[in-house]
Amino acid sequence: MSGLRRITVIASAVLLISLVASVVLLRRVDEVRSGATLEEVLYISSPKLLKRLSLGYSGLLADIYWTRAVQYFGSKHHVGAERYDLLAPLLEITTGLDPHLTVAYEYGSSFLAARPPNGAGMPQRAVQLEEFGIRNNRDDWKLYYELGFIYYMELKDYKAAAEAFARGSRIPNAHPWLKLLAARMAERAGDVRTAQMMWATTFNSTTDKSIRANAAAHLRALQVDDDVTNLETLVERYRQQTGHLPGSFSDLISAGFLRGVPVDPLGRPYKLGGDGHVEVRDPDDLPFIQKGMPPGYVPPKAPKFLPSD
Amino acid sequence: MNRRIASIASNTFREAVRDRVLYNLIAFALLMSGAAILVGQISIDIERLVVINLGLTAVSLFGIVIAIFIGIGLVSKEIEKRTLYTVLSRPVRRWEFIVGKFFGLAGTLVVNTFFMAIGVFAALLYVSHRFQRSDGWLLVALYFIVLEFLIITALALLFSSFSSPLLSAVFAFSLFVIGSFAEDLRGFAGLTHGITRWLATGAAYLVPNFSALNVISSVAHDQPVSGQLIAYNSAYALVYAAMALSGAVLIFERRDLK
Repeated sequence: MSGLRRITVIASAVLLISLVASVVLLRRVDEVRSGATLEEVLYISSPKLLKRLSLGYSGLLADIYWTRAVQYFGSKHHVGAERYDLLAPLLEITTGLDPHLTVAYEYGSSFLAARPPNGAGMPQRAVQLEEFGIRNNRDDWKLYYELGFIYYMELKDYKAAAEAFARGSRIPNAHPWLKLLAARMAERAGDVRTAQMMWATTFNSTTDKSIRANAAAHLRALQVDDDVTNLETLVERYRQQTGHLPGSFSDLISAGFLRGVPVDPLGRPYKLGGDGHVEVRDPDDLPFIQKGMPPGYVPPKAPKFLPSD
Repeated sequence: MNRRIASIASNTFREAVRDRVLYNLIAFALLMSGAAILVGQISIDIERLVVINLGLTAVSLFGIVIAIFIGIGLVSKEIEKRTLYTVLSRPVRRWEFIVGKFFGLAGTLVVNTFFMAIGVFAALLYVSHRFQRSDGWLLVALYFIVLEFLIITALALLFSSFSSPLLSAVFAFSLFVIGSFAEDLRGFAGLTHGITRWLATGAAYLVPNFSALNVISSVAHDQPVSGQLIAYNSAYALVYAAMALSGAVLIFERRDLK
């Protein structure tokens, strides 16, 4: 083997081995440092100071912080975490650096507001974030809608929700449903139809797959809660008429209470228990349901989302 | 180390000293003494923090600038001055020349860092009046900074083995900036799908990971650095420098020097 050839072979071997070893070592470093980067970035928690330090590149820095917030939320949510301590400061830095990054308000407020393990359970911080977003983006009707949504869903403050929807409805090109929602808040704030309307607006006004899937799951859950309530009312009426509980849905069909075996929003037939309770077959596929769960059912830590479309 | 590599390394070190590279120590000393005196008068309770952050950042940036600007000229200057032909006409192999140059510049940077470290500790003593146990972590941060220098020196040599000094400086500095966001890059890659994910992950693992080597903020807050991280970072820096040097050797061996 000539000298040049030998050196080429050795150098190539060293290069390849080093490349593989560097990837392996980097993975080890990442394991040791999991979470360290985020804690370090928060040593400077003032958006104003960060903005000055960014030397005018605050947009890029905001994008980096936003990605860090998404990664932080995703990694915590994946393991069904109960605490999201760094989420609010990360979002506040992101929006402080770039107050027009509306995506950070849209997603960030829903990450912050939802109860654990679906979110950080900080609806007041989510409201502050949305209000900051509105002050900086007055013509974006979605921010008013999200603010009203947080007041309605998480804080159950229907008056504040109505106000937020009413403010949003006055924005040019606002979604026409905002006016309707504002009116409904005043009339029938707590009922299922209003909640369905809210989630349907969310479903129809976003193109993001994860938000659509979340909205679709909530719509399905509301449908199940409604179905179970109605079916159990029919079971009770059957019992009053015949003096005993129906053995199956066939008894209700024979008695003229139903036209066929009822199915859940996923097309799977409901189950009728011996005690007259109506249950869904696969509760894991129907996160957020309040009714129709088998006795002793414990929902998974992270909700399972099905394709929404 | 073989004798020929040692000779090239010691010549590189002497040349760097002759080029007044160590004059940066004067600027560094002025910066540190100025900061130590000034910060005590204009801030409350963060004197120590400022001295550590400023001192270690200055050590890192001074060294990076030296590593890049000396590193990119190590090969091209020898070709330009035609001294390379004299060296290679002796029984010195091309790979020995590259490796010798690497050790020479790395040695220069280690000596430079040693003196700057003395400056940082002197300024720290001035503002705190005494050392505390957690100041020992500063040595780890300084060690990680030296590891950064090894990587950037190897990269500067790699680029200078095939490119002009100006472009080599641009490439090396760009990689330093990108590498400082390496952990974010891997995070971004993790958010993508399909072929984009493969490409982004590949690129994210290929760039040097300077973020894990920067523990300045945490040691400034008295946070310890784990032994595991020290071990992995050491191994990573050596492996990465070896990778860049192998690339430099492969290119330089085939380069037409006529």
